[in-house]
Amino acid sequence: MNEPIIKIENVSKVFDGVPVVDDISFSVPEGMIFAFLGPNGAGKTTTIRMLTTLLLPTSGAITINGANAQNDKNGVRKSFGIVFQEPSLDDELTAWENMEFHGVLYSVPKVIRRKRIEELMKFVELWDKRKTLVKFFSGGMKRRLEIARGLIHHPRILFLDEPTVGLDPQTRHHIWEYIGELSKREKMTVFFTTHYIEEAEKSAERIAIIDNGKIVAEGTSAALMHKTKTASLEEAFLSLTGKAIREESADAGGHMKTMHKMRGRR
Amino acid sequence: MNAIYILWLRQLKRQIRSKSRVIGSVGQPILFLLALGFGFGPIFAKAGGGSYIDFIAPGIISMGILFNAVFTGMEIIWDRQFGFLKETLVAPVSRTYIMIGRTLGGATIAIAQGVIVFIITLCVGFRPTSFGGFLLSLVFMFLIALLFTSVGTAIASVLEDMQGFGLIVNFFIMPIFFLSGALFPLQGLPEVVAFLAKIDPLTYGVDAIRGVLVGGNFFSLGTDALVLVLVTASFVLIGSYLFGRIEI
Repeated sequence: MNEPIIKIENVSKVFDGVPVVDDISFSVPEGMIFAFLGPNGAGKTTTIRMLTTLLLPTSGAITINGANAQNDKNGVRKSFGIVFQEPSLDDELTAWENMEFHGVLYSVPKVIRRKRIEELMKFVELWDKRKTLVKFFSGGMKRRLEIARGLIHHPRILFLDEPTVGLDPQTRHHIWEYIGELSKREKMTVFFTTHYIEEAEKSAERIAIIDNGKIVAEGTSAALMHKTKTASLEEAFLSLTGKAIREESADAGGHMKTMHKMRGRR
Repeated sequence: MNAIYILWLRQLKRQIRSKSRVIGSVGQPILFLLALGFGFGPIFAKAGGGSYIDFIAPGIISMGILFNAVFTGMEIIWDRQFGFLKETLVAPVSRTYIMIGRTLGGATIAIAQGVIVFIITLCVGFRPTSFGGFLLSLVFMFLIALLFTSVGTAIASVLEDMQGFGLIVNFFIMPIFFLSGALFPLQGLPEVVAFLAKIDPLTYGVDAIRGVLVGGNFFSLGTDALVLVLVTASFVLIGSYLFGRIEI
């Protein structure tokens, strides 16, 4: 078994007294494709924000590629690339300029940077569009560019927060092909969240399910189905998290706060 | 240094590519210059004040810099809303460097704006006393630009959305401009207005630019420079501190 490249130990995040992530622990070995699933407002995005140093945990420890996320933020930041849930490209820059911007921020030397930009843009089939302003790109093209951008600095880990949300099946298929190929080629760890359970079933080697801020199950797709005595991962997911519709608030802790208030009224 | 440079360059590219922003940022000073310059010119001359265009031009140049600098500083709100800020905040670059790159970018745009307005004022009859004065005025333009880009950054670091933006323009930026002595002389003002003008940092910027371009400054050039440097340094520090505390 490889050493864990992502290690989360007893991590909690509390907003205004409400625990949005509540004492979670798990680890991800190097080179693995790992899915982090959960209903809306379960704490997935908050967890990714903590893993990527955008938020500090209220308690617990996060170690990424040997660096502590609280004390050595830059050490952690050098290790990963990320594709956020919402687009994070500059629409007023061209595709090339967005890539260049990222490469400079990550101190990739000029000659290597240019070579990698060309290689990655060809890989995601956007080389011909390199001089086009991103505001003229479709959602799928933006996603592909974001994936390419996240890889310029050769990260050890790629975080993908719902990378295929709102995309058509063809684009989703292409994106997962890219990710699978990259993982094999670069021996890169991929940590992703998604609401498309079949994507997790097909691509992930291991899955963790979070609900109401707590890890409710972790294992391979087969192990989760076995544990819940269900025939598919989707059924296993519903069995573990319930069938009630969840509402996601605009803020990260919104759902959890609502849940907390509702519990308080009972 | 590369990170500061790329952030600076990005600000410039965004500005140049946005035609509406370029036109809008020049339009407002032209409107003030024509409406006030020609409207009040005869009255100002009759009152013995000399050429109102010569008086008002440094104020209008400062106005162009003020508005551009604050708005560019406040672009952080857009970047936060449209996701780009996250991209820079997860990069292995100190937030101070990010803030410096953005601020210098904003300041450069604001100075360019000041120079464009300066050229426009020449077209409507403004006559500075010397070219050396113009070169010196660039130093004060830079200080004003840096100060108010930092102010914009500081405001945007604590505002999470655009809802408070109009409020800030109407109740903070406009009073800073109107109380700065850009449109009227500082001599003989009512006590309260004189006090407000003295605590307005733009007053010292307008006064210095007026002094080096056409003379007749209210404070000494040394006082103007000292106040501007101190206030600018303070706001760069405040902006850096607040920017460093942003959580997404």
